[in-house]
Amino acid sequence: MNTLVWVEHDNNEMKDATLSVVTAAAKLGDVHLLVAGAGCAGVADQAAKIAGVGKVHLADDAALEHALAENVAPLIAGLMASHDAVLFPATTTGKNIAPRVAALLDVMQISDILSVEGGKTFTRPIYAGNAIATVESSDPKLVITVRGTAFDKAAAEGGSAAVEAIGGASDAGTSSFVSAEIAESERPELTSAKVIVSGGRALKDAETFEATITPLADKLGAGIGASRAAVDAGYVPNDYQVGQTGKIVAPEVYIAIGISGAIQHLAGMKDSKTIIAINKDEDAPIFQVADIGLVADLFKAVPELTEKL
Amino acid sequence: MKILVPVKRVIDYNVKPRVKADGTGVDLANVKMSMNPFDEIAVEEAIRIKEAGKAEEIIAVSVGPAKAQETLRTALAMGADRAILVESDDEVEPLAVAKILKAIADEEQPQLIMLGKQSISDDSNQTGQMLAALMDRPQGTFANTIEVDGDSVTVKREVDGGLETVKLSLPAIVTTDLRLNEPRYASLPNIMKAKKKPLDTKTPGDYGVDTAPRLTTTNVAEPPVRQAGEKVEDVDALVAKIKALGIA
Ligand SMILES: Cc1cc2nc3c(=O)[nH]c(=O)nc-3n(C[C@H](O)[C@H](O)[C@H](O)COP(=O)(O)OP(=O)(O)OC[C@H]3O[C@@H](n4cnc5c(N)ncnc54)[C@H](O)[C@@H]3O)c2cc1C
Repeated sequence: MNTLVWVEHDNNEMKDATLSVVTAAAKLGDVHLLVAGAGCAGVADQAAKIAGVGKVHLADDAALEHALAENVAPLIAGLMASHDAVLFPATTTGKNIAPRVAALLDVMQISDILSVEGGKTFTRPIYAGNAIATVESSDPKLVITVRGTAFDKAAAEGGSAAVEAIGGASDAGTSSFVSAEIAESERPELTSAKVIVSGGRALKDAETFEATITPLADKLGAGIGASRAAVDAGYVPNDYQVGQTGKIVAPEVYIAIGISGAIQHLAGMKDSKTIIAINKDEDAPIFQVADIGLVADLFKAVPELTEKL
Repeated sequence: MKILVPVKRVIDYNVKPRVKADGTGVDLANVKMSMNPFDEIAVEEAIRIKEAGKAEEIIAVSVGPAKAQETLRTALAMGADRAILVESDDEVEPLAVAKILKAIADEEQPQLIMLGKQSISDDSNQTGQMLAALMDRPQGTFANTIEVDGDSVTVKREVDGGLETVKLSLPAIVTTDLRLNEPRYASLPNIMKAKKKPLDTKTPGDYGVDTAPRLTTTNVAEPPVRQAGEKVEDVDALVAKIKALGIA
């Protein structure tokens, strides 16, 4: 089977999310990559070094600069003439493009796979991860998004695939990119952080969140996450949200502070290796999944913890 | 212009789903069902656009069992003008739903189609994008802010790195994220009024759509359960535990 993997990048650098998808694709067959963007030849060179990759397709075209689904999907649908499966990371980019490709090919997409059980059989979470479904496709081609935390990352070095420039891109002319507000941060990205400190509604406001959570995260070199309630209330930007409909994370250590543990939040972090919870309510559901719990007022406990570490 | 708002009847978000012992699915008998929360946000946004004088009519559509009528009545009570139920007792996959919606869009010619980014039941996150592909129209997924202006719509999207703004020419498909708005509650008088609003019932066959599933679910299982660990007495004990984990 020939598989095609969408390489996640910002035209300058390949993103780590690509590597788990390569691992999933390798379970199905030969792995080819697609680097689609503008001025992204450097990304193709990086991608060619991923261990186990057979070929890199490079589509470098102004119409692909912002990965608009209207322009990217037809290009991928075209490449599917010579591929049996296309896999995307379950990032906002992957989730935006993949279903558009699936519909063009008249196949049902398989979203957010957790494992490859056979050539056409996969497991995936449903109901916020409260159930795991095993699904088998009867379609001639596979369109898949891959949950990054469920697969090991392929080695970023060691391969030497050939890069092949391809044409065929065009501007559908129905959509255009206007602007982006992308936060620049020195902090580790949530989806690859080894330690995450997350705050919830209890943090009161943006200033209190910053004053309480950030020093602890700094001490631990951690990424910072949040519950939906904290994001909705404007304590932190939307890209901090962990959960069913936010980011899915599985760090070595996840520290939940002033978070009750709603199923939608647990859906995004319950595969973390060690969960630590600080909450003043000893019956908070977060304690049912926490390995280590501290029942305390966070405004006393967190500064003390930061100080003593 | 007309706005089409597809809505899905799903298990209420406050209910913890239980997996059936025989592995065939999730037990939905005697469980509270509601409108998918993301679709509620789509209905609300459509009403706000209409209230701002930018749309004349809102049509709510649901593909689902006869009981999905209740979901449509909720949309009507919130402020949609009329509704179409495409009745099917079997689970209809996103691809087939998108095909049905495409057929309805061909008939109704809406300028804007707004729906939730995902349903909290199957968590697929596909229908809007598939519909956009089938209609060969642009898509604004995971919308945080929507601005309709003449023959285009500007959508600020929630993306992994932050926010991204795109401009789409109408007709367009928009999928809604959590922070687009806070949906209103239907008032009692509006719930009464909604009972008299038109609700058409159709079948997938009326639109010539084959809903035979492409994916077969061979098993549904509980995820591995996590055991609760221990509670520590005080911050000093927590410090010791964290140090033992080797992260500080
Ligand atoms: C469609 C849908 C999708 C959703 N998606 C997500 C998602 O992706 N991610 C997500 O997180 N949520 C999501 N939610 C929301 C979810 O249901 C909860 O509402 C949310 O997670 C609650 O956030 P919280 O725990 O911060 O707030 P609360 O539930 O209000 O919890 C606050 C906690 O802080 C504790 N507390 C208060 N004061 C103190 C103090 N001084 N010291 C210590 N503890 C204190 C309280 O005991 C309480 O347990 C979604 C909901 C819906 C309907």
